[in-house]
Amino acid sequence: MPRKGMHIKIDELKSNLGTLKGFELTVGRIVEAAPAEELGPTPFPSTTELREWDFKLLQKYRPFYMPFCDVCCLCTFGKCDLSQGKRGACGLDMAAQQSRIVLLACCIGAATHLTHARHLVEHLMEKSGRECRIDVGGLNVQVEAPVTRLVCGIEPRTLEDLEEVLDYCETEVTHLLSATHTGQEGSSLDFESKVFHAGMIDQVSLEVADIAQISALNLPKADPEAPLVNIGLGTIDASKPVIMVVGHNILPAVEISDYLEHNGLQGMVEVTGLCCTAHDITRYEPKAKIVGPISWQLRYLRSGIPDVIVVDEQCIRADSLDEAKKIKAPLIASSAKNCLGLPNRTHDQADAIVADLVSGKIPGALILEPEKVGEVAARTAVLIAPKRKKLKAIPSSRRIIEDAKTCRKCYECVRACPNDLPILEAVIEAANGKLRKLADLYDDCIGCARCESACPENLAIHSFIAKAAEKEMKQEAYLIRAGRGAIQDVEIRNVGGPIVLGEIPGVIAFVGCANYPKGGEEVAEMAIEFAKRRYIVLTSGCSAMSAAMYKDQEGKNPYEAYSGAFDAGGIVNVGSCVANSHIAGAAIKIASIFAKRKLLGNYEEIADYIHNRVGAVGVAWGAMSQKAASIAGGFWRLGVPVIVGPHGSKYRRVLLGRKDLDEDWYVYDARTGDRVYAGPTPEHLFFAAETKEEAMVMTAKLCMRPNDTAKGRAVKLTHYVDLSKRLCGTMPDDLHLFIRTAADVPITMRDEIMAVLKEKGWKEGKTPDPTLLPRMIRKKEET
Amino acid sequence: MNRAEPWQSAEIPGPKKALPISKPEIVAAMVKKAKRPILIVGHKAAEIEIGEERLVDYLIRFANSSKTPIVTTAHILKEFAERGFTPAASMPAMDIANRLQDPEWKGVDGKGQHDLALFAGLPYYMEWLMLSGLKNFSQELKTVSLGRFYQPNASWSFPNLGLEEWKKNLDAVENQLKGR
Repeated sequence: MPRKGMHIKIDELKSNLGTLKGFELTVGRIVEAAPAEELGPTPFPSTTELREWDFKLLQKYRPFYMPFCDVCCLCTFGKCDLSQGKRGACGLDMAAQQSRIVLLACCIGAATHLTHARHLVEHLMEKSGRECRIDVGGLNVQVEAPVTRLVCGIEPRTLEDLEEVLDYCETEVTHLLSATHTGQEGSSLDFESKVFHAGMIDQVSLEVADIAQISALNLPKADPEAPLVNIGLGTIDASKPVIMVVGHNILPAVEISDYLEHNGLQGMVEVTGLCCTAHDITRYEPKAKIVGPISWQLRYLRSGIPDVIVVDEQCIRADSLDEAKKIKAPLIASSAKNCLGLPNRTHDQADAIVADLVSGKIPGALILEPEKVGEVAARTAVLIAPKRKKLKAIPSSRRIIEDAKTCRKCYECVRACPNDLPILEAVIEAANGKLRKLADLYDDCIGCARCESACPENLAIHSFIAKAAEKEMKQEAYLIRAGRGAIQDVEIRNVGGPIVLGEIPGVIAFVGCANYPKGGEEVAEMAIEFAKRRYIVLTSGCSAMSAAMYKDQEGKNPYEAYSGAFDAGGIVNVGSCVANSHIAGAAIKIASIFAKRKLLGNYEEIADYIHNRVGAVGVAWGAMSQKAASIAGGFWRLGVPVIVGPHGSKYRRVLLGRKDLDEDWYVYDARTGDRVYAGPTPEHLFFAAETKEEAMVMTAKLCMRPNDTAKGRAVKLTHYVDLSKRLCGTMPDDLHLFIRTAADVPITMRDEIMAVLKEKGWKEGKTPDPTLLPRMIRKKEET
Repeated sequence: MNRAEPWQSAEIPGPKKALPISKPEIVAAMVKKAKRPILIVGHKAAEIEIGEERLVDYLIRFANSSKTPIVTTAHILKEFAERGFTPAASMPAMDIANRLQDPEWKGVDGKGQHDLALFAGLPYYMEWLMLSGLKNFSQELKTVSLGRFYQPNASWSFPNLGLEEWKKNLDAVENQLKGR
């Protein structure tokens, strides 16, 4: 593939020969110095280069498809009925169609992160220079881009080095997307392999985006003591002009913050955010405030608190302009991906745009230059705040009671609610003058407002809930540790051994969106439970926020009560969606730094190491988006299991192991070449849990790995058994599959477990030096 | 609302939809005809009130009357233990669905794949998807949803019912299965 290296740009040059304007020259890659390490077999892998590795995983973790729709409607042959073994006009069957849809979702997710990364890198090169050094942790982080090193086989040193990485990713996503065209791929397993490839490409894109912004914007650099920042509606000073930023791209928010600072307005205007833009702006400016996860978007808008709304990209409500109009707050769209039908004012003077927004001549504007967004948003907020007087779109209690009396009791609100909440019951009670049941819905409401869309009387049910819970909303005031970014190399050295040997029972990452079955508190409960048990707990995205919005009996929230260090018992917020790459990066660095496996372009070997030795599990309890799918895909290819909540079953397929099929669980013993039964460790690769309790037991179970030492396996089993007994009221019925020798049995449970083993006819087995790759067998190499 | 429409309005599956159970005799007949029935019970069975009792209480009576083994999912096992009932197996909902679609699976007792699976107490949308997987990839298996709301991907499902009507139907099914 073509790789750019030297780039010369001359804006204007006057010489005796003449004048040169706008000259740019890009030539082939210049390598500053050869990497210290030998290049592995798969640098910049094509769509099929890691197919064999994928198939090894897919033989163990076979897809179970749960079609969300029986038909295919992607071409004009259709609709084609694919149910019950039928094929479409193109010849595709249902399994292939489902995996095709999963691939489409992952391509959407990967493309989204990739274009985000491209925008960041180009903008930051413009601002900080192409030679801006990549620095994500100073001397504490020498392996600055583990995912990129692993996949691409290069060691990026400057922002411009990231361009060829992005070039590669763009090529791959295009290839993958083309495979979903009618008459292309026909095998479900090959689609699944491509899903893994999309996930891997997505992971590279995430890393590029975050290391670029950490380096150029000086976000926290692998800092376990990143500042504690405010989160919650109750932390906002609504007496000031308030700017709301929402989305994932930090650049407009940075420019707002800079404008306020440079113009003496800092502290006089509140900068508040939702979703990942909120994470990232608090990494840049700790005085900014996080409102909450994405499910807070509508209730915050309708509260009337924001005076100006700035949307960038990803996870923004498509009706945000309509909602902004209701509270007469101007909206600035700042991304080419999300123009909202607004006039493009990018090239107009800031004065003119501000005047039009403040006067209400236009409800909003598209401004594609972040600097101009910063100026316009800040000036507009200051000028419009006194005029708006925090006009809100939430009705009075009296109005709710009157409106509720018009309810037809048709149940359409309940039938539209993803969580089947008892909305009708609450509305009927409201008609009788009591709002308590409406308030009770607040915590479990995911803020989608489908209830309103479905209501034939157009009742503003979401606003009813927000009003009824107004007191709770105003009391939302918590702390969250700002996203720290990468994990330090020294932290990896300290915990690598205990993780690989199993003595730290696992690394659990609570990641992803806020489509929770029973509110965000479940995320906090799970994170705390595992931190107390001395697992390493990581958080990111909306899950990191949900974990923060909880206080224990002493009034402390998880980020106050637990360390931010990557160590046993820590709760570590890495940051926004793009910071998920550091979670993968930590696993990769355990293989590279602790185990000294070669990293550059050596994907299979590193993934084999992680899969068999690093007890890591991802929990995306409210996973909603296509981006969440592609993020999960990146972990699947590394062999790291992912658990989603019950709504995650709507991704249409899970990747399940079958612990009852012994032959699926053999590995090679790298010392001898023997095939050894290693037990179902980990049992699943992608699993949808029905309840929090089931997820917690499964999480403890999925942390087991074939490489665990006896001591480590005993520790992991202790947690698995304890959680199962406490949450499910029973001893697990599959313990015999996880106990290789008597030394694996936890001492404190010996009698109880040995009795179970006897009943199951358990026989002692072996603890292998596990690998799925024949080439890793040392004995064979010697002969 | 049309009684044989998906309870969650947008959960429309496609051409093949469940036959509505118009009278309780249908369920009783299916269970009687089945050689290897199984009942899958999700965690909501402990939350759903049905008259003076919870759904889990009814399902225990159903299982005893019809001699149908129960597989519990999620964390509901302890509710059965508290009631002195031992299910045939306990496993995640995803696992039991995955096994039911495998013709080679030997069932919870190791004697062969089941020919009838009844469902109750799962989150509506999760059961919807599990039944979709079984509808499409396990054509020998018949499925019945015992829940109050229409599950279009089952072979047979109650239409959307009021609480009283649902209770009446369930009681009738159990009565007809006594002594099976």
